[in-house]
Amino acid sequence: MRAISYARATDVAEAIAFVGADSRAEFIAGGTNVIDLMKDDVARPSTLVDITRLPLGGITPSATSIRIGALARMSEVADHPAIQANFPAVVQALNESASPQLRNMATIGGNVMQRTRCAYFRDTSQPCNKRAPGAGCAAIGGVNRMHSVIGTSPHCICAHASDLAVALLMADATIRTRGRNGERIIPIAEFYLLPGNTPQRETVLERGELIEAIEIPVSTAARRSVYLKVRDRRQYEFALVSVAAGLDIQGGTIRAARVVLGGVAPKPWRAAEVETQLIGKPANVQTFAAAAAYASAGMRGFGENDFKVPLVGRAVARALALAKDLA
Amino acid sequence: MFGKFSRRRFLVRAAIPTVAATFGTARLLPAAAAATVSRPNVRGPHPIAVTLDVNGTSHTLMLEPRVTLLDALRDRLSLFGTKKGCDQGTCGACTVLVDGTRIDSCLSLAIMNEDKAITTVEGLASGETLHPVQQAFLDHDGFQCGYCTPGQICSTIGLLNEKRPTDEASVRTWMSGNICRCGAYPNIVAAVRSAAGAAS
Repeated sequence: MRAISYARATDVAEAIAFVGADSRAEFIAGGTNVIDLMKDDVARPSTLVDITRLPLGGITPSATSIRIGALARMSEVADHPAIQANFPAVVQALNESASPQLRNMATIGGNVMQRTRCAYFRDTSQPCNKRAPGAGCAAIGGVNRMHSVIGTSPHCICAHASDLAVALLMADATIRTRGRNGERIIPIAEFYLLPGNTPQRETVLERGELIEAIEIPVSTAARRSVYLKVRDRRQYEFALVSVAAGLDIQGGTIRAARVVLGGVAPKPWRAAEVETQLIGKPANVQTFAAAAAYASAGMRGFGENDFKVPLVGRAVARALALAKDLA
Repeated sequence: MFGKFSRRRFLVRAAIPTVAATFGTARLLPAAAAATVSRPNVRGPHPIAVTLDVNGTSHTLMLEPRVTLLDALRDRLSLFGTKKGCDQGTCGACTVLVDGTRIDSCLSLAIMNEDKAITTVEGLASGETLHPVQQAFLDHDGFQCGYCTPGQICSTIGLLNEKRPTDEASVRTWMSGNICRCGAYPNIVAAVRSAAGAAS
């Protein structure tokens, strides 16, 4: 690992000003992602600004939403009774991420900022447009079993790594930030960028802009929600395909539906047409199967990940059935 | 080992000399705002005094900020019980307890753990009396080569502190952050469940 300087922030404005003014400074909180990438020489900050002493933690429920401080640890959020009561998909997404030790370290703000697990991004001997713009993409035509089947560009086919972000998009969460231009409230649907011609840009955050909290609105659909993660191992593995699904069922009829996919795109991917197909229909397996057939529209594989395209529809149908069976 | 330039690192560096840091976005904002707020105290990159509370004893070490908690424990405090397996947060051999919570010490900077109570496997026994979890691993032969065992033991204590369910399936789930290369899992699960009974 290259040498770094370290600064422990005692004030939010101080941390934002410092990182905002120094293009080689980065925030650090849980550290599980940035330290790993520094060891691989992928992340090369000159100064790390430790934000863990800032007052950005805590979980605060209100009548209409729950605010999660950016520094809340993944385990803390998953264990919180109000999160468990209102957002079961969020709890499942958290508990099926990483390992217990890492969930005790990693923060919610850091989780939504985590970098892709593409092996070429993490190997500095390989070309990667995200790490070194213009170098090329070794995953196209390479080992791409874990990669995306939609939302890709000729420059990058990586998959987004966060399980939590999939569940947060399902629940229509917003991300509250503070930067040198003040505060912003960003719907998570508008937070992530597709690779396009600039795969090095992954979110709309500006330099020095800090996530302060994530707010999740309470809803009937999110209360009846599940997170289904399909992967090569039962634990401690990233998703091949995942589905966050929430249903609002009144008298056997679907009033609202939320379906978001993970593991298939460079950002959490809303299956909007599936949602549309579910509205007003009876909540049964025939409805779920018919709607799920729309989930893979527009998807195509890159060889090793071709299996994801037929897998998506089956995972959606199963997730919807699991959501229906919730009390 | 710190501060030296390995051959591999040199080659990596020489091959790609101009890669920009890719964290965050690069849009430049007016620098005027920076003058109106305080500036944090920047330490390093040279060795600086870092005080760690390990197993109830305070140690002040001269460490570069990049030194992980794992390397500080092993290389500077000669606490070799905590093992370096993967060094990337995938094996759990480096598990220690920080303020009673289990973490992977390979992915935490030592300097970020000032003012916290760090407990390693060396700090568990009381004199000649083993910690109940250590005793359970002995009683149930919860290891083969032993390399993962300090991490397994610290992780078990963390699991008990977290009050996780201790049926067999749950133990396997909540111990999934600790890999055993020898595959001693049946006896590890038995040791964890036994310790849970003893602890409840």
